[in-house]
Amino acid sequence: MKIVALCGVGIGTSAILKVNAERALERLDIQADVTAADIASVKLAAADAQVILTSSELVPSIGKTNADVIIIDNFFDLDELVAKLEVALG
Amino acid sequence: MSLPPLPHDAIALGLHVPDWRAAVGAAGDALARAGATGPGYTERMVAVIEEFGAYVVIAPGLALAHARPGPDVLTEGLSVVTLAEPVAFGHPHNDPVNVILGLAVTTGDEHVQFVAELANVFNDSTIIPALAAAPDAATVRSLLGIETPTGEDATEKEPK
Repeated sequence: MKIVALCGVGIGTSAILKVNAERALERLDIQADVTAADIASVKLAAADAQVILTSSELVPSIGKTNADVIIIDNFFDLDELVAKLEVALG
Repeated sequence: MSLPPLPHDAIALGLHVPDWRAAVGAAGDALARAGATGPGYTERMVAVIEEFGAYVVIAPGLALAHARPGPDVLTEGLSVVTLAEPVAFGHPHNDPVNVILGLAVTTGDEHVQFVAELANVFNDSTIIPALAAAPDAATVRSLLGIETPTGEDATEKEPK
């Protein structure tokens, strides 16, 4: 399974999201490959992804995708990440 | 990998600013004062928010101001700015903001290393309000788990 953590410039926020998504997946005991991406590369990065994690602000920039787009409000809140990933992947 | 050093010049507490641009500007000024960035980096951080919106407000009250690596990044750096009165960035859930972290990195890879450490620190939800209320630089460093840049490990300039 592939998950994309998306931010505007592909550093910083997406890296934090990637780290915390991996921690949330560990809690859920789900194996997945989490990739950090920026808006410019999301089409390619998300082509074979099941889930895109991002901020609500960036959703309009994603365009058409077959992946589930999950909006994360607090990138540091592992409980929020676990709950939302569990719904999407469970 | 630990967080980059946080010299006195990289910390500005209890500032009064009119809007998010001035708040990001203060985080950029702090990075420049600390020697991490040169002219233009602050404007690039503002441009990221103009282009992509307030997604840099990644938790309630906290903005992570940053831009891509570039020639205006002299060395990796972190700055911390707190506001006397919070300002809105336009985020639907996490406004208003009273803590701004400024981030400068030289390469993407290095960045991923030390943001993992940022994630460790901020997974504790009490840290943002504690930073917002921090009375001095020593408290900020202690909350972030960064050593004060004096003594034998000091590589930064002396506090003013």
